[in-house]
Amino acid sequence: MSAIYILWLRELKRYTRSRAQIVASLGQPLLYLLVLGFGLGPVFQRAGNGSYFQFIAPGVVGMSVLFSSIFSGLGILWDRQFGFLKETMVAPVPRIQIMIGRTLGGSTVAVMQGLLVTLVCVLAGFRPVNYFTLPLALGFMVLIALLFAALGMAIGSGLEDMQGFQLIMNFLVMPIYFLSGALFPLSDQKLPMRIATGIDPLSYGIDGMRTFLLGRTVFGAFTDLLVMAVVGSILMVFGAWRFTKIEI
Amino acid sequence: MIRVRNLSKSFGPVIAVNDVSFDVEAGEIFAFLGPNGAGKTTTIKMLTTLLKPSDGAIELDGLNPLTHQNEARKRFGIVFQDPSLDGDLTAWENMEIHGVLYHVPHKVRRHRSEELLRIFELWDRRNDQVKKFSGGMKRRLEIARGFLHTPRILFLDEPTLGLDPQSRNQLWTYVKKVNEAENVTVFLTTHYMDEADRVAHRIGVIDHGKLVAQGTPRAIKEETGAESLEEAFLALTGSTIRDETASSKDQLRQFAQMWQKGGRR
Repeated sequence: MSAIYILWLRELKRYTRSRAQIVASLGQPLLYLLVLGFGLGPVFQRAGNGSYFQFIAPGVVGMSVLFSSIFSGLGILWDRQFGFLKETMVAPVPRIQIMIGRTLGGSTVAVMQGLLVTLVCVLAGFRPVNYFTLPLALGFMVLIALLFAALGMAIGSGLEDMQGFQLIMNFLVMPIYFLSGALFPLSDQKLPMRIATGIDPLSYGIDGMRTFLLGRTVFGAFTDLLVMAVVGSILMVFGAWRFTKIEI
Repeated sequence: MIRVRNLSKSFGPVIAVNDVSFDVEAGEIFAFLGPNGAGKTTTIKMLTTLLKPSDGAIELDGLNPLTHQNEARKRFGIVFQDPSLDGDLTAWENMEIHGVLYHVPHKVRRHRSEELLRIFELWDRRNDQVKKFSGGMKRRLEIARGFLHTPRILFLDEPTLGLDPQSRNQLWTYVKKVNEAENVTVFLTTHYMDEADRVAHRIGVIDHGKLVAQGTPRAIKEETGAESLEEAFLALTGSTIRDETASSKDQLRQFAQMWQKGGRR
Protein backbone atom coordinates (compact mmCIF):
# COMPACT_ATOMS: atom_id res chain seq x y z
CA MET A 1 0.00 0.00 0.00
CA SER A 2 2.79 2.41 0.88
CA ALA A 3 4.24 1.91 -2.60
CA ILE A 4 0.95 3.02 -4.16
CA TYR A 5 0.88 6.02 -1.87
CA ILE A 6 4.44 7.15 -2.53
CA LEU A 7 4.00 6.89 -6.31
CA TRP A 8 0.72 8.78 -6.09
CA LEU A 9 2.47 11.45 -4.06
CA ARG A 10 5.26 11.61 -6.63
CA GLU A 11 2.81 12.50 -9.41
CA LEU A 12 1.29 15.20 -7.25
CA LYS A 13 4.65 16.70 -6.34
CA ARG A 14 5.71 16.75 -9.94
CA TYR A 15 2.50 18.53 -10.86
CA THR A 16 2.62 21.19 -8.18
CA ARG A 17 6.28 21.88 -8.94
CA SER A 18 5.77 22.55 -12.62
CA ARG A 19 3.96 25.87 -12.25
CA ALA A 20 4.93 27.08 -15.69
CA GLN A 21 3.42 23.94 -17.13
CA ILE A 22 0.19 24.43 -15.20
CA VAL A 23 -0.20 27.92 -16.61
CA ALA A 24 0.75 26.73 -20.09
CA SER A 25 -1.82 23.95 -19.99
CA LEU A 26 -4.56 26.52 -19.34
CA GLY A 27 -3.87 28.20 -22.67
CA GLN A 28 -5.66 25.75 -24.92
CA PRO A 29 -8.85 25.43 -22.84
CA LEU A 30 -8.99 29.22 -22.60
CA LEU A 31 -8.81 29.55 -26.36
CA TYR A 32 -11.66 27.11 -26.89
CA LEU A 33 -13.69 28.58 -24.10
CA LEU A 34 -13.33 32.25 -24.90
CA VAL A 35 -12.80 32.32 -28.65
CA LEU A 36 -15.16 29.53 -29.67
CA GLY A 37 -17.46 30.04 -26.69
CA PHE A 38 -18.10 33.66 -27.42
CA GLY A 39 -17.32 33.60 -31.14
CA LEU A 40 -19.85 30.95 -32.08
CA GLY A 41 -22.31 32.13 -29.44
CA PRO A 42 -24.62 34.16 -31.72
CA VAL A 43 -24.87 31.38 -34.34
CA PHE A 44 -25.65 28.78 -31.70
CA GLN A 45 -28.26 31.04 -30.13
CA ARG A 46 -29.95 31.66 -33.47
CA ALA A 47 -30.15 27.91 -34.06
CA GLY A 48 -32.20 27.71 -30.90
CA ASN A 49 -29.70 25.83 -28.76
CA GLY A 50 -29.26 28.39 -26.00
CA SER A 51 -25.95 29.75 -24.79
CA TYR A 52 -22.94 28.22 -26.53
CA PHE A 53 -20.66 29.35 -23.73
CA GLN A 54 -22.71 27.39 -21.22
CA PHE A 55 -22.77 24.43 -23.59
CA ILE A 56 -19.05 24.33 -24.32
CA ALA A 57 -17.80 24.85 -20.73
CA PRO A 58 -18.27 21.20 -19.59
CA GLY A 59 -16.71 20.11 -22.88
CA VAL A 60 -13.62 22.22 -22.28
CA VAL A 61 -13.34 20.90 -18.72
CA GLY A 62 -13.60 17.38 -20.13
CA MET A 63 -10.90 18.20 -22.64
CA SER A 64 -8.43 19.36 -20.04
CA VAL A 65 -9.10 16.25 -17.94
CA LEU A 66 -8.64 14.07 -21.05
CA PHE A 67 -5.31 15.67 -22.05
CA SER A 68 -3.95 15.76 -18.55
CA SER A 69 -4.83 12.15 -17.74
CA ILE A 70 -3.73 10.61 -21.00
CA PHE A 71 -0.40 12.48 -20.83
CA SER A 72 0.16 11.31 -17.30
CA GLY A 73 -0.09 7.76 -18.61
CA LEU A 74 2.19 8.54 -21.51
CA GLY A 75 4.58 9.92 -18.88
CA ILE A 76 6.00 6.40 -18.78
CA LEU A 77 7.75 7.38 -21.99
CA TRP A 78 9.62 10.15 -20.19
CA ASP A 79 10.37 7.99 -17.20
CA ARG A 80 11.74 5.42 -19.58
CA GLN A 81 14.03 7.99 -21.18
CA PHE A 82 15.19 9.57 -17.97
CA GLY A 83 15.55 6.16 -16.40
CA PHE A 84 13.28 6.42 -13.38
CA LEU A 85 11.07 3.65 -14.74
CA LYS A 86 13.89 1.14 -14.22
CA GLU A 87 14.12 2.13 -10.58
CA THR A 88 10.48 1.20 -10.04
CA MET A 89 10.67 -1.89 -12.22
CA VAL A 90 13.38 -3.64 -10.21
CA ALA A 91 11.82 -2.76 -6.87
CA PRO A 92 10.34 -5.65 -4.89
CA VAL A 93 6.82 -4.34 -5.36
CA PRO A 94 4.24 -6.07 -7.55
CA ARG A 95 4.04 -4.11 -10.78
CA ILE A 96 0.30 -3.88 -10.45
CA GLN A 97 0.82 -1.68 -7.38
CA ILE A 98 3.19 0.55 -9.30
CA MET A 99 0.65 0.83 -12.08
CA ILE A 100 -2.14 1.65 -9.62
CA GLY A 101 -0.05 4.29 -7.85
CA ARG A 102 0.84 5.98 -11.09
CA THR A 103 -2.68 5.81 -12.48
CA LEU A 104 -4.25 7.21 -9.33
CA GLY A 105 -1.63 9.94 -9.22
CA GLY A 106 -2.19 10.85 -12.85
CA SER A 107 -5.97 10.87 -12.38
CA THR A 108 -5.72 13.07 -9.29
CA VAL A 109 -3.60 15.54 -11.20
CA ALA A 110 -6.06 15.46 -14.09
CA VAL A 111 -9.00 16.16 -11.77
CA MET A 112 -7.10 19.05 -10.20
CA GLN A 113 -6.45 20.42 -13.66
CA GLY A 114 -10.15 19.96 -14.46
CA LEU A 115 -11.17 21.85 -11.34
CA LEU A 116 -8.79 24.65 -12.25
CA VAL A 117 -10.43 24.96 -15.67
CA THR A 118 -13.86 24.80 -14.02
CA LEU A 119 -12.83 27.74 -11.87
CA VAL A 120 -11.76 29.65 -14.97
CA CYS A 121 -15.13 28.85 -16.56
CA VAL A 122 -16.98 30.15 -13.53
CA LEU A 123 -14.88 33.31 -13.53
CA ALA A 124 -15.70 33.80 -17.20
CA GLY A 125 -19.40 33.56 -16.44
CA PHE A 126 -20.34 29.88 -16.44
CA ARG A 127 -23.23 29.02 -14.12
CA PRO A 128 -24.45 25.45 -13.50
CA VAL A 129 -28.24 25.11 -13.43
CA ASN A 130 -28.19 23.13 -10.21
CA TYR A 131 -25.60 23.47 -7.46
CA PHE A 132 -26.72 20.32 -5.59
CA THR A 133 -25.75 18.00 -8.42
CA LEU A 134 -22.22 19.41 -8.68
CA PRO A 135 -20.65 16.42 -6.83
CA LEU A 136 -22.18 14.12 -9.45
CA ALA A 137 -20.56 16.15 -12.23
CA LEU A 138 -17.28 15.90 -10.31
CA GLY A 139 -17.81 12.15 -10.18
CA PHE A 140 -17.89 12.03 -13.97
CA MET A 141 -14.73 14.12 -14.06
CA VAL A 142 -13.05 11.48 -11.90
CA LEU A 143 -14.30 8.70 -14.19
CA ILE A 144 -12.91 10.46 -17.25
CA ALA A 145 -9.57 10.93 -15.48
CA LEU A 146 -9.31 7.27 -14.42
CA LEU A 147 -10.37 5.90 -17.79
CA PHE A 148 -7.93 7.92 -19.84
CA ALA A 149 -5.05 7.61 -17.35
CA ALA A 150 -5.43 3.84 -17.78
CA LEU A 151 -5.56 4.20 -21.56
CA GLY A 152 -2.44 6.38 -21.49
CA MET A 153 -0.74 3.76 -19.34
CA ALA A 154 -1.67 0.99 -21.77
CA ILE A 155 -0.28 2.93 -24.73
CA GLY A 156 2.72 4.38 -22.90
CA SER A 157 3.85 0.91 -21.86
CA GLY A 158 4.55 0.08 -25.50
CA LEU A 159 5.97 3.40 -26.67
CA GLU A 160 9.69 3.69 -27.32
CA ASP A 161 10.15 7.19 -28.68
CA MET A 162 8.70 10.57 -29.57
CA GLN A 163 7.55 9.66 -33.07
CA GLY A 164 5.03 7.34 -31.52
CA PHE A 165 3.93 10.12 -29.24
CA GLN A 166 3.01 12.42 -32.14
CA LEU A 167 1.09 9.61 -33.76
CA ILE A 168 -0.94 9.04 -30.61
CA MET A 169 -1.60 12.75 -30.26
CA ASN A 170 -2.91 13.24 -33.79
CA PHE A 171 -4.68 9.97 -34.38
CA LEU A 172 -6.04 9.16 -30.96
CA VAL A 173 -6.18 12.04 -28.50
CA MET A 174 -7.45 14.72 -30.88
CA PRO A 175 -10.11 12.47 -32.46
CA ILE A 176 -11.30 11.42 -29.00
CA TYR A 177 -11.67 15.09 -28.15
CA PHE A 178 -13.34 16.25 -31.37
CA LEU A 179 -15.73 13.31 -31.55
CA SER A 180 -16.81 13.58 -27.94
CA GLY A 181 -19.43 16.25 -28.46
CA ALA A 182 -17.36 18.63 -26.39
CA LEU A 183 -17.81 21.28 -29.05
CA PHE A 184 -21.16 20.45 -30.68
CA PRO A 185 -24.42 18.77 -29.67
CA LEU A 186 -24.52 15.03 -30.40
CA SER A 187 -28.27 14.99 -30.94
CA ASP A 188 -29.64 15.12 -34.51
CA GLN A 189 -26.43 13.84 -36.14
CA LYS A 190 -26.31 11.66 -39.26
CA LEU A 191 -25.63 7.95 -38.84
CA PRO A 192 -21.83 7.84 -39.51
CA MET A 193 -21.35 10.64 -37.03
CA ARG A 194 -23.63 8.94 -34.53
CA ILE A 195 -21.51 5.79 -34.73
CA ALA A 196 -18.21 7.67 -34.49
CA THR A 197 -19.31 9.68 -31.50
CA GLY A 198 -21.04 6.68 -29.94
CA ILE A 199 -17.85 4.62 -29.72
CA ASP A 200 -15.90 7.48 -28.14
CA PRO A 201 -15.96 6.95 -24.37
CA LEU A 202 -15.40 10.65 -23.73
CA SER A 203 -18.84 11.35 -25.28
CA TYR A 204 -20.42 9.62 -22.30
CA GLY A 205 -18.17 11.35 -19.79
CA ILE A 206 -18.97 14.80 -21.10
CA ASP A 207 -22.65 13.94 -21.53
CA GLY A 208 -22.64 12.86 -17.89
CA MET A 209 -21.13 16.16 -16.82
CA ARG A 210 -23.64 18.10 -18.92
CA THR A 211 -26.49 16.15 -17.37
CA PHE A 212 -25.61 17.45 -13.95
CA LEU A 213 -24.29 20.88 -14.87
CA LEU A 214 -26.77 21.93 -17.53
CA GLY A 215 -29.66 19.51 -17.17
CA ARG A 216 -29.37 18.41 -20.81
CA THR A 217 -28.41 14.90 -21.86
CA VAL A 218 -28.22 12.72 -24.96
CA PHE A 219 -27.64 9.22 -23.61
CA GLY A 220 -29.04 9.59 -20.11
CA ALA A 221 -27.00 9.64 -16.91
CA PHE A 222 -27.38 5.91 -16.28
CA THR A 223 -26.02 4.90 -19.68
CA ASP A 224 -23.21 7.42 -19.23
CA LEU A 225 -22.25 5.93 -15.90
CA LEU A 226 -22.51 2.36 -17.15
CA VAL A 227 -20.35 2.96 -20.23
CA MET A 228 -17.72 4.91 -18.30
CA ALA A 229 -17.52 2.30 -15.56
CA VAL A 230 -17.35 -0.70 -17.90
CA VAL A 231 -14.91 0.80 -20.41
CA GLY A 232 -12.86 2.25 -17.54
CA SER A 233 -12.58 -1.15 -15.83
CA ILE A 234 -11.59 -2.87 -19.06
CA LEU A 235 -8.91 -0.28 -19.79
CA MET A 236 -7.66 -0.51 -16.21
CA VAL A 237 -7.13 -4.26 -16.55
CA PHE A 238 -5.65 -3.85 -20.02
CA GLY A 239 -3.31 -1.08 -18.84
CA ALA A 240 -2.17 -3.14 -15.87
CA TRP A 241 -1.53 -6.13 -18.11
CA ARG A 242 0.49 -4.06 -20.58
CA PHE A 243 2.42 -2.44 -17.76
CA THR A 244 3.48 -5.74 -16.23
CA LYS A 245 4.79 -6.82 -19.62
CA ILE A 246 7.26 -3.93 -19.94
CA GLU A 247 10.85 -4.93 -20.67
CA ILE A 248 13.59 -2.37 -20.60
CA MET B 1 24.60 -16.90 -4.55
CA ILE B 2 24.34 -16.27 -8.29
CA ARG B 3 24.20 -19.25 -10.59
CA VAL B 4 24.02 -18.78 -14.34
CA ARG B 5 23.80 -21.67 -16.77
CA ASN B 6 23.95 -21.44 -20.56
CA LEU B 7 22.40 -18.00 -20.52
CA SER B 8 21.58 -16.51 -23.93
CA LYS B 9 19.77 -13.43 -25.12
CA SER B 10 19.13 -12.43 -28.68
CA PHE B 11 17.43 -9.32 -30.03
CA GLY B 12 16.20 -10.44 -33.43
CA PRO B 13 19.29 -11.56 -35.36
CA VAL B 14 21.71 -9.99 -32.88
CA ILE B 15 23.00 -12.32 -30.18
CA ALA B 16 23.90 -10.12 -27.22
CA VAL B 17 24.70 -12.88 -24.75
CA ASN B 18 25.72 -16.29 -26.00
CA ASP B 19 25.73 -19.40 -23.80
CA VAL B 20 27.25 -17.84 -20.68
CA SER B 21 27.71 -19.86 -17.49
CA PHE B 22 29.27 -18.79 -14.19
CA ASP B 23 28.83 -18.90 -10.43
CA VAL B 24 29.28 -16.21 -7.84
CA GLU B 25 29.68 -17.40 -4.27
CA ALA B 26 28.06 -15.70 -1.30
CA GLY B 27 30.18 -12.85 0.00
CA GLU B 28 32.26 -12.67 -3.13
CA ILE B 29 33.06 -9.57 -5.19
CA PHE B 30 32.80 -10.58 -8.84
CA ALA B 31 33.86 -8.22 -11.61
CA PHE B 32 32.35 -8.68 -15.03
CA LEU B 33 34.60 -7.10 -17.60
CA GLY B 34 34.27 -6.62 -21.31
CA PRO B 35 34.51 -4.04 -24.09
CA ASN B 36 31.53 -1.88 -25.02
CA GLY B 37 28.64 -3.89 -26.37
CA ALA B 38 30.05 -7.18 -25.09
CA GLY B 39 26.84 -8.07 -23.25
CA LYS B 40 27.57 -6.91 -19.71
CA THR B 41 24.54 -4.73 -19.25
CA THR B 42 22.25 -7.22 -20.99
CA THR B 43 23.44 -9.89 -18.55
CA ILE B 44 22.77 -7.60 -15.58
CA LYS B 45 19.33 -6.78 -16.95
CA MET B 46 18.50 -10.47 -17.14
CA LEU B 47 19.84 -11.09 -13.64
CA THR B 48 17.72 -8.23 -12.29
CA THR B 49 14.41 -9.26 -13.92
CA LEU B 50 14.37 -6.38 -16.41
CA LEU B 51 14.81 -8.67 -19.40
CA LYS B 52 13.71 -12.22 -20.06
CA PRO B 53 16.49 -14.57 -21.18
CA SER B 54 16.06 -16.22 -24.58
CA ASP B 55 17.59 -19.37 -23.18
CA GLY B 56 19.35 -20.74 -20.13
CA ALA B 57 18.79 -20.65 -16.38
CA ILE B 58 19.47 -18.14 -13.61
CA GLU B 59 19.37 -18.62 -9.87
CA LEU B 60 19.65 -15.81 -7.36
CA ASP B 61 20.05 -17.07 -3.82
CA GLY B 62 18.38 -20.29 -4.94
CA LEU B 63 15.47 -18.45 -6.58
CA ASN B 64 14.52 -18.33 -10.23
CA PRO B 65 13.96 -14.63 -11.01
CA LEU B 66 11.52 -15.56 -13.76
CA THR B 67 9.09 -17.42 -11.55
CA HIS B 68 9.76 -15.65 -8.23
CA GLN B 69 10.21 -12.09 -9.43
CA ASN B 70 9.34 -10.32 -6.24
CA GLU B 71 11.22 -12.65 -3.95
CA ALA B 72 14.28 -12.30 -6.18
CA ARG B 73 13.94 -8.51 -6.32
CA LYS B 74 13.98 -8.35 -2.53
CA ARG B 75 17.39 -10.01 -2.57
CA PHE B 76 19.27 -7.50 -4.70
CA GLY B 77 20.08 -3.83 -5.08
CA ILE B 78 21.31 -2.24 -8.27
CA VAL B 79 23.14 0.86 -9.40
CA PHE B 80 22.39 1.30 -13.07
CA GLN B 81 24.82 2.35 -15.73
CA ASP B 82 22.58 5.17 -16.94
CA PRO B 83 20.58 7.58 -14.80
CA SER B 84 17.48 6.37 -12.97
CA LEU B 85 16.66 9.30 -10.71
CA ASP B 86 13.60 11.51 -10.78
CA GLY B 87 14.95 14.95 -11.62
CA ASP B 88 11.85 16.80 -10.44
CA LEU B 89 12.20 15.43 -6.93
CA THR B 90 14.84 16.35 -4.39
CA ALA B 91 17.71 14.11 -3.37
CA TRP B 92 15.93 13.34 -0.13
CA GLU B 93 12.67 12.46 -1.88
CA ASN B 94 14.51 10.15 -4.26
CA MET B 95 15.93 8.34 -1.24
CA GLU B 96 12.48 8.25 0.37
CA ILE B 97 10.80 6.67 -2.65
CA HIS B 98 13.52 4.07 -2.87
CA GLY B 99 13.22 3.29 0.83
CA VAL B 100 9.46 2.87 0.60
CA LEU B 101 9.66 0.71 -2.52
CA TYR B 102 12.18 -1.54 -0.78
CA HIS B 103 10.18 -1.75 2.45
CA VAL B 104 12.85 -0.12 4.60
CA PRO B 105 11.18 0.80 7.93
CA HIS B 106 10.64 4.51 8.46
CA LYS B 107 13.25 5.05 11.19
CA VAL B 108 15.95 2.99 9.51
CA ARG B 109 15.19 4.82 6.29
CA ARG B 110 15.74 8.26 7.77
CA HIS B 111 18.83 7.19 9.63
CA ARG B 112 20.49 5.44 6.72
CA SER B 113 19.52 8.12 4.21
CA GLU B 114 21.23 10.72 6.34
CA GLU B 115 24.30 8.55 6.86
CA LEU B 116 24.63 7.79 3.14
CA LEU B 117 24.00 11.34 1.97
CA ARG B 118 26.73 12.48 4.35
CA ILE B 119 29.18 9.82 3.18
CA PHE B 120 28.65 10.80 -0.44
CA GLU B 121 28.65 14.51 0.47
CA LEU B 122 25.17 15.35 -0.67
CA TRP B 123 23.64 16.13 2.71
CA ASP B 124 23.79 19.91 2.25
CA ARG B 125 22.00 19.61 -1.06
CA ARG B 126 19.37 17.11 0.06
CA ASN B 127 16.48 19.51 -0.50
CA ASP B 128 17.52 20.53 -4.00
CA GLN B 129 15.87 19.09 -7.05
CA VAL B 130 18.07 16.47 -8.65
CA LYS B 131 17.87 18.10 -12.08
CA LYS B 132 20.01 20.91 -10.68
CA PHE B 133 22.79 18.47 -9.75
CA SER B 134 26.00 18.00 -11.72
CA GLY B 135 26.67 14.66 -13.40
CA GLY B 136 28.97 13.53 -10.62
CA MET B 137 26.49 14.45 -7.90
CA LYS B 138 23.71 12.51 -9.63
CA ARG B 139 25.99 9.53 -9.89
CA ARG B 140 26.80 9.75 -6.19
CA LEU B 141 23.16 9.96 -5.31
CA GLU B 142 22.40 6.87 -7.38
CA ILE B 143 25.09 4.99 -5.54
CA ALA B 144 23.95 6.23 -2.13
CA ARG B 145 20.43 5.15 -3.01
CA GLY B 146 21.61 1.70 -4.05
CA PHE B 147 23.00 1.16 -0.54
CA LEU B 148 19.86 2.34 1.25
CA HIS B 149 18.37 -1.09 1.75
CA THR B 150 20.81 -3.82 2.66
CA PRO B 151 20.60 -6.27 -0.21
CA ARG B 152 22.09 -9.76 -0.26
CA ILE B 153 23.44 -9.11 -3.74
CA LEU B 154 24.53 -5.76 -5.05
CA PHE B 155 24.75 -5.13 -8.80
CA LEU B 156 26.94 -2.22 -9.83
CA ASP B 157 26.85 -1.50 -13.55
CA GLU B 158 29.82 0.77 -14.27
CA PRO B 159 29.27 2.65 -11.04
CA THR B 160 32.39 4.80 -11.34
CA LEU B 161 31.60 6.18 -14.77
CA GLY B 162 32.07 9.95 -14.58
CA LEU B 163 33.21 10.03 -10.97
CA ASP B 164 36.27 11.87 -9.72
CA PRO B 165 39.01 9.85 -7.95
CA GLN B 166 37.80 11.02 -4.54
CA SER B 167 34.26 9.73 -5.07
CA ARG B 168 35.59 6.55 -6.65
CA ASN B 169 37.72 5.90 -3.66
CA GLN B 170 34.80 6.59 -1.35
CA LEU B 171 32.64 4.19 -3.33
CA TRP B 172 35.05 1.28 -3.30
CA THR B 173 35.81 1.76 0.37
CA TYR B 174 32.10 1.56 1.06
CA VAL B 175 31.60 -1.44 -1.21
CA LYS B 176 34.38 -3.30 0.59
CA LYS B 177 32.93 -2.31 3.93
CA VAL B 178 29.45 -3.68 3.25
CA ASN B 179 30.97 -6.71 1.60
CA GLU B 180 33.01 -7.52 4.69
CA ALA B 181 30.69 -6.33 7.44
CA GLU B 182 27.37 -7.51 6.01
CA ASN B 183 28.61 -10.26 3.70
CA VAL B 184 26.96 -8.64 0.67
CA THR B 185 27.75 -10.36 -2.61
CA VAL B 186 28.82 -7.81 -5.20
CA PHE B 187 28.51 -8.19 -8.96
CA LEU B 188 30.09 -5.29 -10.78
CA THR B 189 31.11 -4.15 -14.23
CA THR B 190 33.72 -1.51 -14.94
CA HIS B 191 36.06 -0.29 -17.63
CA TYR B 192 38.76 0.58 -15.11
CA MET B 193 40.95 -2.51 -14.86
CA ASP B 194 42.88 -1.25 -11.88
CA GLU B 195 39.64 -1.02 -9.90
CA ALA B 196 38.67 -4.56 -10.79
CA ASP B 197 42.15 -5.73 -9.89
CA ARG B 198 41.93 -3.98 -6.55
CA VAL B 199 38.45 -4.93 -5.34
CA ALA B 200 37.36 -8.07 -7.14
CA HIS B 201 37.92 -11.54 -5.74
CA ARG B 202 37.16 -13.08 -9.08
CA ILE B 203 36.75 -11.81 -12.62
CA GLY B 204 34.84 -12.89 -15.67
CA VAL B 205 35.74 -11.51 -19.08
CA ILE B 206 33.00 -11.35 -21.69
CA ASP B 207 33.48 -10.53 -25.36
CA HIS B 208 30.96 -10.69 -28.21
CA GLY B 209 28.47 -12.21 -25.79
CA LYS B 210 30.74 -15.10 -24.83
CA LEU B 211 32.58 -15.60 -21.59
CA VAL B 212 36.24 -15.87 -22.65
CA ALA B 213 37.91 -16.21 -19.25
CA GLN B 214 37.12 -16.39 -15.58
CA GLY B 215 39.14 -16.72 -12.40
CA THR B 216 41.00 -14.64 -9.85
CA PRO B 217 42.73 -11.54 -11.22
CA ARG B 218 46.00 -13.30 -10.60
CA ALA B 219 45.01 -16.46 -12.44
CA ILE B 220 43.86 -14.41 -15.42
CA LYS B 221 47.14 -12.52 -15.54
CA GLU B 222 49.09 -15.74 -15.32
CA GLU B 223 46.96 -17.41 -17.95
CA THR B 224 47.73 -14.67 -20.46
CA GLY B 225 51.26 -14.04 -19.24
CA ALA B 226 50.44 -10.37 -18.71
CA GLU B 227 51.89 -7.96 -16.18
CA SER B 228 48.70 -6.05 -15.48
CA LEU B 229 45.02 -6.84 -15.75
CA GLU B 230 44.73 -4.26 -18.50
CA GLU B 231 47.26 -6.15 -20.61
CA ALA B 232 45.52 -9.40 -19.89
CA PHE B 233 42.20 -7.87 -20.88
CA LEU B 234 43.58 -6.63 -24.20
CA ALA B 235 45.20 -10.00 -24.83
CA LEU B 236 41.82 -11.68 -24.30
CA THR B 237 39.59 -9.29 -26.17
CA GLY B 238 41.90 -7.86 -28.85
CA SER B 239 42.49 -4.19 -29.47
CA THR B 240 39.80 -3.30 -31.99
CA ILE B 241 37.40 -0.60 -30.86
CA ARG B 242 33.76 -1.63 -30.62
CA ASP B 243 30.85 0.43 -31.75
CA GLU B 244 27.52 0.11 -30.13
CA THR B 245 24.59 0.91 -32.35
CA ALA B 246 22.62 3.85 -31.08
CA SER B 247 18.99 2.97 -30.57
CA SER B 248 16.14 5.38 -30.93
CA LYS B 249 16.16 5.53 -27.15
CA ASP B 250 19.67 6.93 -27.08
CA GLN B 251 18.73 9.49 -29.69
CA LEU B 252 15.76 10.61 -27.69
CA ARG B 253 17.85 10.78 -24.57
CA GLN B 254 20.24 13.08 -26.38
CA PHE B 255 17.34 15.14 -27.57
CA ALA B 256 15.91 15.30 -24.07
CA GLN B 257 19.22 16.42 -22.65
CA MET B 258 19.51 19.12 -25.27
CA TRP B 259 16.04 20.24 -24.47
CA GLN B 260 16.74 20.36 -20.77
CA LYS B 261 19.85 22.43 -21.30
CA GLY B 262 17.82 24.69 -23.56
CA GLY B 263 16.30 26.07 -20.40
CA ARG B 264 12.80 24.66 -20.35
CA ARG B 265 13.30 23.34 -16.85
